[in-house]
Amino acid sequence: MKTERIRTDILIIGGGTAGCYAAMTIAEHSDAMVLICEKAHIKRSGCLAAGVNALNAYITEGRTPQDYVDYAKKDADGIVREDLLLTMSERLNSVTEKLEQLGLVILKDENGKYVTRGNRNLKINGENIKPILAAAVEKLPNVTVLNHVNITDFAVSENRIKGAFGIGIENDTFYIIEANAVIVATGGAAGLYKPNNPGFSRHKMWYPPFNTGAGYAMGIRAGAEMTTFEMRFIALRCKDTIAPTGTLAQGVGAKQINSLGEVYETKYGLTTSERVYGTVNENLEGRGPCYLRTESITEEQNESLMKAYLNMAPSQTLKWIESGKKPSEQNVEIEGTEPYIIGGHTASGYWVDTNRATTIKGLFAGGDVAGGCPQKYVTGALAEGEIAGFSAVEFIKQNNSEEIDEEAVRSHAEEIERFLGEDKSQFTTEQLEEAMQTVMDSYAGGIRTNYRFNEKQLDIADEKIVQLEKLSENLHADDFQELMYIYELRERLTVCRSVIAHLKARHETRWHSFAENLDYPEKDDVNWRKYVNSRLENGEIKIILRDLTEGGQTYEHFN
Amino acid sequence: MSILIDRTKCVGCGKCHDVCPGTLIKIDADKKAYIKYPKDCWGCTSCIKECPVYAIKFYLGADMGGRGSLVHTEKDGDIIRWITERFDGETVEIKINQKESNKY
Repeated sequence: MKTERIRTDILIIGGGTAGCYAAMTIAEHSDAMVLICEKAHIKRSGCLAAGVNALNAYITEGRTPQDYVDYAKKDADGIVREDLLLTMSERLNSVTEKLEQLGLVILKDENGKYVTRGNRNLKINGENIKPILAAAVEKLPNVTVLNHVNITDFAVSENRIKGAFGIGIENDTFYIIEANAVIVATGGAAGLYKPNNPGFSRHKMWYPPFNTGAGYAMGIRAGAEMTTFEMRFIALRCKDTIAPTGTLAQGVGAKQINSLGEVYETKYGLTTSERVYGTVNENLEGRGPCYLRTESITEEQNESLMKAYLNMAPSQTLKWIESGKKPSEQNVEIEGTEPYIIGGHTASGYWVDTNRATTIKGLFAGGDVAGGCPQKYVTGALAEGEIAGFSAVEFIKQNNSEEIDEEAVRSHAEEIERFLGEDKSQFTTEQLEEAMQTVMDSYAGGIRTNYRFNEKQLDIADEKIVQLEKLSENLHADDFQELMYIYELRERLTVCRSVIAHLKARHETRWHSFAENLDYPEKDDVNWRKYVNSRLENGEIKIILRDLTEGGQTYEHFN
Repeated sequence: MSILIDRTKCVGCGKCHDVCPGTLIKIDADKKAYIKYPKDCWGCTSCIKECPVYAIKFYLGADMGGRGSLVHTEKDGDIIRWITERFDGETVEIKINQKESNKY
């Protein structure tokens, strides 16, 4: 094993949407040396790999950033940080203009104004959105990108971040990276629960299966305060292909119907969680399967839909082609996905202030790892990358970098050598991953239980996840890619424990499906208009309940 | 769902390996690309768009209703041609101009 030690001013972990934009912001406003560590390759890594077909967070003419805050707050039934949403919303339009300057195609009318879809969306050709961002980053002289380097842990002592440890999966290298400030932008967590297609197509999931919750897990282990892990995200998707449904619902006005042809969406409500819940319920009551009604759309709409899906989720277009029937000739069957933890759609993630500073000094968070600020979509992640970038620049002006303790270096190197050493494990990483997903599916509100759970089940889930954590200590890797898989499994197990603790802590059901607690099936506004936060203290997850930040208030860390 | 790589066409340039968001594609001793972890493909088609000799094709797994059709892309300036060889022998082509926005 080779060892490489690098020193930089600002380390960005994850070269996805938020990470790339943070790098661009820092380069434009300072001379700081920036290093991006990306576990794949920034050209197509993260959520944008296949492309996106719309920008879903934009302040359209006549609307204000506060309107966007109000919309996100309503969708999450109040459990959001208004200060975070507002600071994000104020930047949505400027980052959009920047994307257009970089080469993103955005649909305009004859007067040169963006054509909007509904109140918040712009129509684009987003197939190449990630290569556009990556090319912009690669041009920056002070920014170095290390592709295929997976960061596995932070270096933190006395609550001050000093850098991170990682592995080069293609060059068998142990990396020790020292930095004055760190921006974590690793995305959310997929693969905690058993997916819709658990067999050969197990990775045909909504969220990138390569986003394994690394940022959350590293923060949890380092004692960062986290928020709202109990607000899981479940997407309503096209069956089998797990392709988006918004393009059908908003683009061509397709309604959710049951097998009797009845429109059921109005019966349950139109928030994201209600749309999933309604679909689950119609199935339970014998009126499944459920569909989006595309029959009778026009030939021109058919053609446009086929293209739109190729630009973001090609499986769905292939499905239409294979079936020999166009969308107008068959309704599209829909289903809920397995639950994910993702701060870009719901509010799970780091507890941050408006500068996107976490509770660990020198560590900033942006995009799906940052909590309290749902409905980010692409532009919101860019906006948070921008804020985190500015904050890191300010931070390094006033703070000096510190060296990583040699003891921490030694223990990380030893851990890697242990995993790569003699194979004494009875189990493989794949087996333990499957076991984890089965546990979460059965006892922590997965697809198997229609997303429902009770306290007793959560206790069983936690006990079993702890057992799997123990077993994971003895896993063996033949090479550095397998080593990454061990670390990814361990990240997921860490996140699972926090999810279970949060689900258990909120004694109400505020969001159907997302957190459907059968012991407390009703919403309780008297006691639970609160954030459920947590921090790992001496190996135990300590729950911290905090009052809502709303109505123009701003939260700041005082520790 | 996963990809197939045609060894006879592969020129070993390594672009598919570089770009895969899961680093699932490796280059063997004969300088040919192969997918080492076919079950871990996300279906993003990034590799297909990179391949200069159109050696990579994408298909739906049988567990998600796939029937054996294969898709690849060919690039012609701003035009991406999405070519599907259907399981029944028919070829379906959809052309997308990258300079044109989605309408929905």
